[in-house]
Amino acid sequence: MNSMIWLIPFFPLLGFLINGIGGKRLSERMSGIVASVVVGLSFVIGISLFGEFLKIGTPLEQTLFTWIEVGNFTVSFSYVLDSLSLVMVLVVTGVGLLIHIYSIGYMKGDPGIQRYFSYLNLFTFMMLTLVMSDNFLAMFLGWEGVGLCSYLLIGFWFEDPVKAAAGKKAFIVNRIGDFGFMLAMFLIVSKFGTLQFANVLDETSIANLTPEIVTAITLLLFLGAVGKSAQIPLHIWLPDAMAGPTPVSALIHAATMVTAGVYLIARCGILFAASEITMSVIAVIGILTAFFAATIALTETDIKKVLAYSTISQLGYMFAAVGVGAFAAGIFHLVTHAFFKGLLFLAAGSVIHGMSGEQNMLKMGGLKQKMPTTYWTMLAGVAAISGLPLLSGFFSKDEILWNVYSSQFGGNVLFGIGLFTAAMTAFYMFRLFFMTFHGDRRWSGEVSPHESPKIMTIPLIMLAVLSVVGGFIGIPESLGGHNFFHQFLQKSTQDATGYITHHYSSGLLLSENILMILSITAAIGGLLLAYRFYVQRPDIPGKISKSLSIAYKLVSGKYFIDELYGFFFVRPLRNGSELFWKKFDISVIDGIANGSGKVMLVLGNKLRRIQTGVIQNYAAVIFLGVISIIFYLYLK
Amino acid sequence: MVVPLEHVIILSGLLFSIGVMGVLFRRNAIIIFMSIELMLNAVNLALVGFSRYHNNVDGQVFVFLVMTLAAAEVSVGLAIIVALFRNRQTVNINEMNLMKN
Repeated sequence: MNSMIWLIPFFPLLGFLINGIGGKRLSERMSGIVASVVVGLSFVIGISLFGEFLKIGTPLEQTLFTWIEVGNFTVSFSYVLDSLSLVMVLVVTGVGLLIHIYSIGYMKGDPGIQRYFSYLNLFTFMMLTLVMSDNFLAMFLGWEGVGLCSYLLIGFWFEDPVKAAAGKKAFIVNRIGDFGFMLAMFLIVSKFGTLQFANVLDETSIANLTPEIVTAITLLLFLGAVGKSAQIPLHIWLPDAMAGPTPVSALIHAATMVTAGVYLIARCGILFAASEITMSVIAVIGILTAFFAATIALTETDIKKVLAYSTISQLGYMFAAVGVGAFAAGIFHLVTHAFFKGLLFLAAGSVIHGMSGEQNMLKMGGLKQKMPTTYWTMLAGVAAISGLPLLSGFFSKDEILWNVYSSQFGGNVLFGIGLFTAAMTAFYMFRLFFMTFHGDRRWSGEVSPHESPKIMTIPLIMLAVLSVVGGFIGIPESLGGHNFFHQFLQKSTQDATGYITHHYSSGLLLSENILMILSITAAIGGLLLAYRFYVQRPDIPGKISKSLSIAYKLVSGKYFIDELYGFFFVRPLRNGSELFWKKFDISVIDGIANGSGKVMLVLGNKLRRIQTGVIQNYAAVIFLGVISIIFYLYLK
Repeated sequence: MVVPLEHVIILSGLLFSIGVMGVLFRRNAIIIFMSIELMLNAVNLALVGFSRYHNNVDGQVFVFLVMTLAAAEVSVGLAIIVALFRNRQTVNINEMNLMKN
C-alpha cells in the first residue's frame, strides 16, 4: 500500500498537465470532468490509505528520490502520511472534489475554463505536496506552489486591472511571510543540520538549543504562517483575493491554502511548544485577528467580503487554539471550517450566479423563494459557523474556547474576547443571511434570480450535510463523547502537548459545560440581534451607524490598515523608486550607456578617415609595417 | 667564376625595391601586377643565391614552389583584371574604390 502514496499528488498533477497541454483542444465539459476525476481518484486513494493507517497505526512513508545532496546535507523527496497529514489530505481532496464539481457549473461558458481547471489541479497537487512532505524544503515547495496558484487564480480574469492588482497584492504580501519561512529554514539548517521533520521535531535535539534560538525559529515560521493564513498584520491580501472566481475563494481562500499556516504550526507543534514567548504571541495575534476581522465583517456589504473577513476571523480562532497548545482543537476547527466555509462560499457563489454577478447585499433580499436549495444549505452553513448547538462549528469552536480559557498561554481576557467574537460571528453571519434571503426585494427588474443547476447544488447539499454532522467526530468528553478526532490526532500532536500543562478543572471558575452554555448564549444572542436588526426593524442599523459615526467609519474603513501601509511602506518605496528612476537611472545609468555609445561614434568618425579605399595606401602601410618589424628584429 | 653572395643580395634587394615602388606608386593595375612578379623573382634570386652559398638545395626547391605559385597567381590575377576592365573600361586602380562609402 505504501507504494501508492505518490499517486495521491500525482493524479492532480496529471490533470494539470492534461488541461494545461490540452488547452482549447479539450471541450469545456471534458476539461471539467478530467479535473474532477483526478481529484476524485486522489480522494479514493486517500480513503483507502486512511483505512490502512487505521489498521497498522504507524505513519506510511514513501521516498521518491533524493532531491538535494551536498556534503552530508541531504534532502529527500518523500511523502509521509501520518494522522495529521491524512486529515489534511482528506480535507483537500474531499472538499476539493466537491468544489471542482461545483466549478463545472459555475465556470460554464467562461472562455478560459481549461486554464481555470489546470490551475485548480495544480493547486491541489501543490497543496498535497505541502501537507504530505516529510521535510521543510519540500513543504516550502508546496507552500510557494499554492501561493503561485492563488496568485494565478485571483487574477484569473486578468483583463480587469483591479483583479490583476489583487493577485499581485496577495503574492507580494505573501512574500513577506515566505521570507520569514526561508529565514527559519536557514536557521534550522545551521542549527540542526537537516530539514527532515523527523530529526528537527525531536525533543532531545530541541533541548540542545538555547531558548532564544528556538524562539527565533518559531517566530520566523510563525511569520510565514501569518502571511499565508492572513493574520494581523498581513491580513490585507485576503479580502482583495475575493476578486477571483468564487469556487477559488472557497477552495483556496477558505478551506485549504489559508489554513496551511495552522497546519505548519500543528506539524511543528513540539518546536513551537518549546518557546513560551512564541506561543503567547500566536495566541494573542490569533484572538486579536479573530476579533478585529469580525468587527470589520459587521459593516461589510459585499457578500464575499463578509465571508473573507469571517475567514480571517475563524483562522484567528485556529491560531488561538494552536497558540495555547491545543493543536488538535485547531486542526478540528480547520476541518469543520473547511466544511462550512467552503459551503458558505459556494452558496454565496450560487447567489452571485443567480443574481448575474451581483455581490452587493444591499441589492439582494427576499431571495428565499427564488433559490430554495441555496437558502437551506446556506442556513446550515451559517448556523454551523455561528456555533448553534450540535452543528460542526459548535464543537470545534467550543473546544477552542475551552482550551483558550484553561491553558497556561490563554486566560480570562483572551477567552472573553473570543466569546464576544463568537457572538459577533453569529451576528454578522445571520446579518448576511437575512440581508440576502429575507426582507424586501432590493434588486432591480433586470436581474432574474434563479436557482443554480444541479451540478452546483449537489456539492452544496453534500457540504451542508458535512457542516451539520461534521462535528460528531469530536464530541468532547464532558458531553459523554470520546472525541475520536482528538485521539486520532494524538499520535501526531501528543509530544507537543506534553510540554504544555493544562491546569484543567482545578482552580478554574468555570467548567467546560458552563462554558458551552455561555457560548451557546452568545451565538443565539447574535442570531436574535441580527433578526431584530435586519428582519424586524431594518431601520435600526442606519440609526446606530449614525450615532456611532466615528467608530462606524473606522470599522467600515477596515481600520485604514491598507491606507496605513500605503502611507508608510508603499508610498516611500514608490517615491524612492521614482527618485532613483528619474535621477539615478536616467542621468547616471543611461548617461553611461549613451555616453559610451557617443564616444565610439565620435572616435569612429575620426578613424574613418584612414580608410581611404585606395589600395596603394593599404599596401604602403603593410610595407611600412614589414619594414618596421624587420628593423625591430634587427635591432634586438 | 663564382658570383659573390653580396652581389646576389644587392641585385635581389634592388629588384625587390623596384617592385615595391612599382606597387606603391603606379596606377595601372597591370604594371602593379608586373611589379609583384618582380618582387617574387627578387626573392627567387635571393633563394637561389643562398642555396648555392650554403650548398643546400632546399632553397631551389622553394624557388620551384614560388614559380608555380606565381604562375597560378598570374592566371587568376589577369583574369580578374580582364573582368574588371570589361566592367569598368579602365585598369586605373584609383577608380576602384567602390568599397569606400
